[in-house]
Amino acid sequence: MDVMLIPAAAQLLHIPDGFLSLIISLVCWGITAVFLTLAIRNAQEAFDERLVPLAGIMAAFIFAGQMINFPVAGGTSGHLVGATLAFIVLGPSLGLLAMAAVIILQALLFQDGGLVVMGANLIVMGIVPGYAGYTIYQFWHKRNGRLQMIGAGVGAWIAIMLAALVTALLLGFSGTTSLAIAIPAMLGVHALIGIGEALITVAALAFIRQTRPQLLNREEGGQASSGWIAGGIAVAILVALLSPLASASPDGLESVAEQAGFLGAAQDAPFQLLPDYTIPFLGNGGASTIVAGIVGVLVVAGLMYTLTRNLRKSEHH
Amino acid sequence: MHVNTFDRYESRHSVIHRLDPRVKVVVTVLFIVANALLPDGAWLAFLAAWALLLFVSGAAQIGLGTLLKRSLIVVPFLLAAVTVIFTLPGNALTQWQLGSWTITPTDAGLLRFVSIVIRSWLSVQMAILLTATTQFPDLIHALHHLRVPNILVSVISFMYRYLFELANEAGRLLRARESRSAAPMGPNGRSASGGSLLWRAKIAGHMVGQLLLRSFERSDRVYNAMVARGYNGRLLTMNPHEMRPSDWRLGGLGVVAILLIQLVARL
Repeated sequence: MDVMLIPAAAQLLHIPDGFLSLIISLVCWGITAVFLTLAIRNAQEAFDERLVPLAGIMAAFIFAGQMINFPVAGGTSGHLVGATLAFIVLGPSLGLLAMAAVIILQALLFQDGGLVVMGANLIVMGIVPGYAGYTIYQFWHKRNGRLQMIGAGVGAWIAIMLAALVTALLLGFSGTTSLAIAIPAMLGVHALIGIGEALITVAALAFIRQTRPQLLNREEGGQASSGWIAGGIAVAILVALLSPLASASPDGLESVAEQAGFLGAAQDAPFQLLPDYTIPFLGNGGASTIVAGIVGVLVVAGLMYTLTRNLRKSEHH
Repeated sequence: MHVNTFDRYESRHSVIHRLDPRVKVVVTVLFIVANALLPDGAWLAFLAAWALLLFVSGAAQIGLGTLLKRSLIVVPFLLAAVTVIFTLPGNALTQWQLGSWTITPTDAGLLRFVSIVIRSWLSVQMAILLTATTQFPDLIHALHHLRVPNILVSVISFMYRYLFELANEAGRLLRARESRSAAPMGPNGRSASGGSLLWRAKIAGHMVGQLLLRSFERSDRVYNAMVARGYNGRLLTMNPHEMRPSDWRLGGLGVVAILLIQLVARL
């Protein structure tokens, strides 16, 4: 019961300094700053002077919640990462603020995640999984109990997978790793971590629904819609910024070639993916890359679709 | 659990400890940014950066062992970078046959990998020095002076304040579970008393939910107590940091050293 309890959860999502190129780090900081500013403004409107104690203690909760594990087998255990749960219970603005506090404190105090790459870590562990999990949960939100819980579980799993995918992409764009290996490896490992996350998230929500149902039925109202607009715009900026960067980055010639294939495939119809996609240095390992690529494209496309859908919905109000 | 479980401050009476936290934050961030700008294989510059690091750790009286032990935190991530050894085009160093796969490490790939390792290792050690020589509340206060949004700074300092409380709360929940149910696998791989995997996950989830509700209620009580004592949305501090001439001098020295390292790399 001491140092061992410091959460090692999602260790692979805490990017240390030195693993991302400076341009990518700065772009990520820019995106994060936009999201965080909007989240702070929305949360301040909603909670006023109550915000600081609420967000601070809920951030400490996420940190402590990551300690609660359950034994799986052979000395490994399932953990909570927390973004989906935080966004669902606290709402996107307060959820992001709390996640940001967790990530910043972990980097400053434990060097768990770098300082210059902190913007990227906020995207990978806060913005991407939080908004993704929350959006998917919202689809099932109005349904009956069981479906609602399934939505939360699916959301939590996809959130972790997306976080892993974005981490792999950022590393690949920086020339730190080969996308052909990083994407399947990261998605493979996190498919399991994601199941643990999904189970804990669902069980925690079920418990809260049983004991304090009113907590889950709060609506963020008008602020939620402006939050969605911000979210949609920011994701669009993310994609727009990353695509030219992919070819402008001086690092990692091979990864640039690969990204060109990857991003080109994202813009074309999916059936064009196979003929165009050749990986010169990985003769027979290509099949797994293509599968990973398709999964990635589908997941990103799905997220964009849900975001724009929500954006349109909120405009009708 | 000890009160200091989450503290990474090493108490000493050194120049670096007395330095204004703002200077330390700025120089650390500059050092890490400069590291990211060093090209692959700039060995002399890497060496110079390491010398600067050694000099600072010597001045701060922080042992190399402490630095080394804590810097191990980046090790799992090296796995992600290992692949560049084999995928970056360059001259083949050797060839390994792994079943039907041929793995070819290249010189360019190895150069990139070693450079990534060195850059990240240098960066994390400087960040460790920052935390080891600065008390966390001072560090947070420096962020406030450096124009980080006030709300964010307040939330982080609040989180730091309640980290220990809630970690203890989580510890109590874990202890309660240990004494009643959900034991890990027995020595023969058989579940001792833990029930099915799904059941264990469910229990863990309920505990997280329980912790969440307790935290929520605690935030309510804390807020009420703060209002009762005159809280109006602003946190006050009794530690007005002021930059002294020596802070400016040492900070300037650090910046010059970092620029010199860049110069060495570009020569």
